[in-house]
Amino acid sequence: MINLAGIAAQFTELMLAILLAPLLTGWVNQCRAWLQNRSAPGLLQPYRNLNKLFQKEVVLAHNASPLFRIAPYLIFGSLALAAAIVPTLDIDLPLNAAADAIALVGLLALARLFISLAAMDIGTAFGSLGARREMMIGFLAEPALLMVLFTASLISGSTSLSTIVQTLAHKEFVIYPSMAFAGVAFTMVSLAENARIPVDNPTTHLELTMIHEAMVLEYSGRHLAMIEWAASLKLFVYSCMGLALFFPFGVAEGGDWVGIVLALPALLLKLAIGGAALALIEILSAKMRIFRAPEFLGSAFLFAVLAMLVHVLLGS
Amino acid sequence: MLAHYGPQLVNLFAAVLLLLSFAMLSQRRMLSLINLFAAQGFVLFLTTSLVGALTGQHHLYWSALVTLVLKVIVLPWILHRLIRKLNVKWDVETLINIPTTMLVGIVLVVLAFNLALPISQLSGTVIRSTLGIALASVLLSFLMMITRSKAIPQVIGFLSMENGLFFAATGAVYGMPMVVELGVALDVLVGALILGVFLFQIRERFDSLDTRHLERLKER
Repeated sequence: MINLAGIAAQFTELMLAILLAPLLTGWVNQCRAWLQNRSAPGLLQPYRNLNKLFQKEVVLAHNASPLFRIAPYLIFGSLALAAAIVPTLDIDLPLNAAADAIALVGLLALARLFISLAAMDIGTAFGSLGARREMMIGFLAEPALLMVLFTASLISGSTSLSTIVQTLAHKEFVIYPSMAFAGVAFTMVSLAENARIPVDNPTTHLELTMIHEAMVLEYSGRHLAMIEWAASLKLFVYSCMGLALFFPFGVAEGGDWVGIVLALPALLLKLAIGGAALALIEILSAKMRIFRAPEFLGSAFLFAVLAMLVHVLLGS
Repeated sequence: MLAHYGPQLVNLFAAVLLLLSFAMLSQRRMLSLINLFAAQGFVLFLTTSLVGALTGQHHLYWSALVTLVLKVIVLPWILHRLIRKLNVKWDVETLINIPTTMLVGIVLVVLAFNLALPISQLSGTVIRSTLGIALASVLLSFLMMITRSKAIPQVIGFLSMENGLFFAATGAVYGMPMVVELGVALDVLVGALILGVFLFQIRERFDSLDTRHLERLKER
């Protein structure tokens, strides 16, 4: 029995994620510009950038291996798949039976692995510097993210994101104190993972401080476009994951088209508020030294552990 | 509505209180430390008034009001003035590095939860499960006093410990009698004032606020 409605919902959700991701980046940039008293770039600026990059020709280093050329598509692919797993509009997603929260973390790790490999492929100093820093951030952020997801799993009794959202959104409303801790840990992890300001600056090209930008310096043309799009998609995935875990209200319960149509404005509203909050965090904090990052992410991990402790000991 | 979500909200506030204790433990900057302390006082105010509304114990409103005035407005104001006058806005030096402190903090939380479990079963209040959290925040403030070498974070640790004790009293027996509460509030206020004078004296004597200098005091 093929679940046609589920497949349609899955497809809608994936397309929505891919198409809306640059818009979210544009919105965050715009909010940040407003808060810094700058005149903001247009909301559609990321699309224009992508369009420009797709039309430019690709310049490859002489010693670039095939890995360097396929990496952008692999990164984009794994992040798109990750976006498909997170329930944004509808709970009843066919892919959710195949992949749970742990697989989601695995997909994000896969993207990180390929971007680091591609950065080291050319052999420039910046590439390997960025790759090493990215791996350092990654290996510290991943356990914290897993712990956050496990806290939500302990509450709902399943690691499947659909079940988690269903428990949190559609059962009787209960306040979970453990989710307060998990929320703080998740915010810290997503700031680090998305190359946001306390850990990395997404707009910098200053050699000493950049992490994400150092890795993609060698890319140009459509490859760079894919990577930029993937970075937007990553921000979108993390935002949706945060919304699914902490504000899952408004997600349709499955197989119900009216619900999906209603879920769309709810999602847009939540994303707009989340993006503005992200911009606010970014302008309020200063970028920290790279060697403070382990401390920052260590704290995130400890908060996530505390979330589990509070859940186990407080019994809620 | 309130009877249903009230206890859950109190649990949430308790968790936020613990979160703020941890944030204070991991905070390096003096100004943020004071702001976190004020935030903790505000959460305490919310919790106390909520418990008051839940249980109909009207004297809790008064203690909430005292908390609001004293711990959210007066004490942070005194502390802000103090660091402006002493000109110590810079980073706080810690004796043990912060990740280790946080790990010790987690062990303390587990310990506090286990210690409070039998006590909270004796208590009959609606929010008895928060007793462990109150005990944990007391212990965390202790830890902060131990691990900081400068005097002002130690003072803030002391004040935040009082927050934890206050919360424990609210959670276990719906607050102390009004006379005791007013006495404690006055004590804390006077304590902060005296410590302020004391800090000036330390700085005048040693040109620094590092309390390690006090270990080498000798009669001449």
